Amino acid sequence: MTDCTFGFVGQKHKFVVVAADRSAARSIVVFKQDEDKVLELDASKLLGSAGSAPDGVAFTEFIQKNVALYEIDNGTRLDTFATANFIRNELAQALRRGPYQTNLLLGGLDRESPLYADDEASLYYIDYLASSNKVNFGCHGYASNFILSIFDKEWHPDLTVDQAKDLVQKCIDELQNRFLINLPE
Amino acid sequence: MAGSYDRALTVFSPDGKLFQIDYAYEAVKKGAATVGVKGSRCIVLGVERKAVAKLQDPRTIRKVVKVDEKITLAFAGLTADARVLVQRARVEAQSYRLTMEDEPSVEVMARYLARLLQRYTQRGGVRPFGVSAMLAGFDAVTAEPKVYQIDPSGTYFSWKANAIGGRNAKTMREFLEKHWTPTLDDDDAVDLCVKTLLEVVDSGAKNMEVVLLKIDPDTKLQTEETLSDDKLDAIIANIEAEANEQPAEAKDMAD
Repeated sequence: MTDCTFGFVGQKHKFVVVAADRSAARSIVVFKQDEDKVLELDASKLLGSAGSAPDGVAFTEFIQKNVALYEIDNGTRLDTFATANFIRNELAQALRRGPYQTNLLLGGLDRESPLYADDEASLYYIDYLASSNKVNFGCHGYASNFILSIFDKEWHPDLTVDQAKDLVQKCIDELQNRFLINLPE
Repeated sequence: MAGSYDRALTVFSPDGKLFQIDYAYEAVKKGAATVGVKGSRCIVLGVERKAVAKLQDPRTIRKVVKVDEKITLAFAGLTADARVLVQRARVEAQSYRLTMEDEPSVEVMARYLARLLQRYTQRGGVRPFGVSAMLAGFDAVTAEPKVYQIDPSGTYFSWKANAIGGRNAKTMREFLEKHWTPTLDDDDAVDLCVKTLLEVVDSGAKNMEVVLLKIDPDTKLQTEETLSDDKLDAIIANIEAEANEQPAEAKDMAD
C-alpha cells in the first residue's frame, strides 16, 4: 500500500520530479522501509504508482515492457503524451473486467520535435478509474490533503532544480509533521 | 511420387520426407544471401542487398533487425514471413523480461523460435515459414559471441560461421570452411564476411549491408555498427587489390 506519491514539473528548466514513500506495509505491520515505487519506464520517463502494491508493480512493469517493445519495433521512443494515453487505455479496458487498483503519476521529458516546439517536461495524473490529465503538479493518496496546498502556494513555472529539491523537502517535512502515519523515508 | 505427397504438410511421403518443409527450404534459397561470422570478440552479419527498382526507397528494406536489446537477427527467405517471426520474437523477448526479470540469452531466443517454427510443421491448415533466421548475440557472463541458425523445419544449431540463402549458399559455406579460424579479430572477421559475400554478390558497397557487433570483454559493453558505404567500398577495394596481387606472385614463383 503506497500512501503517498507526488510530483511536479519545472517548465522553464525542463525537469520533472516524481516522489513516493518507501514503506511497504499491510495493516499494522511494516514489511520493509526501502521499497522503490517509482519505476523508470525508459531513459526519459518515470512512473510513480500509489495504491495497491501488487497491482502497482504488475501494471507498471507491464507498461514498461510494452514501452520497450515499441522502441525496438519502431526504432524510436514513445513520447510522454502517447505513453499517458496508452496507460490510460490499458486501465480503461481493464476497468470493466478486472480493474487495476493503482493510481499513477507519469513524468516525462520530450525532445524538440515536430510535435513539440521545444524540449518539454510533462506530468500526467492518471487515477485508477482511468482518467488522465496533464498537470503541473499532482498527488495521490492522503498526502494530497497536505501537499496540494503546499504546491498551490510554492509552485511556479520557473523553478530551478535546487528550488525543486527544497520544495520536495518542504513536502516531506509537512507530511512528517502533520500526517498521522509516520513515513520515515 | 512427389506429386501426391507434397500437398498437405501433415502427410509423410513413403520415404519419410515432409515435402512442404523441403519446399520451404527452397523458398529460403530464393532469398538474399546472408552470412554470419563469429570473430573472437565480435560477430559480423552480412546480407546481400538486391537491386531495387529505381523509384523504390532502399532505406525501407531492413534485413538485419534487433529482436531485443542485445540480440540481432538476420534472415533469408520470404520477407513477409520474417516480419511475423521478428514480431513474435520481440514480444517473446519482452515477455521473458517481464516474467524472468532478466534478459533472454541468444539460445533461449533460438529455442523459442525453433519451437514456434516446428509448431507450424505439425498442424493442419498452415504452412511452414519460408525463412531461415540467424540470431547473433553475446553470452551475458563470458562475453563469448554466439550465432544460432534456425531452419523452417524448427531445428536450431550453433554455428561458428554460416551462410544461408542466395544464389549459392553451398559455395559460400565451403569458402567459410576453408578460411574461418577461431582467432579472427574484428577486421579479419569483416574481411571474411565480405569475401564470402563477394563469392555470390556483385562487387560494390551498394550490393551488401554489413553489420559489426562488437563486445568489450571487460566492460561487457556491446556496440552495433552498420558499416557505411564508404568503409565497405574501401574494404572491397582492398580485397580486390589483394586478389590481383596474388596471380602476380604465383607467376613469380613459377618463374
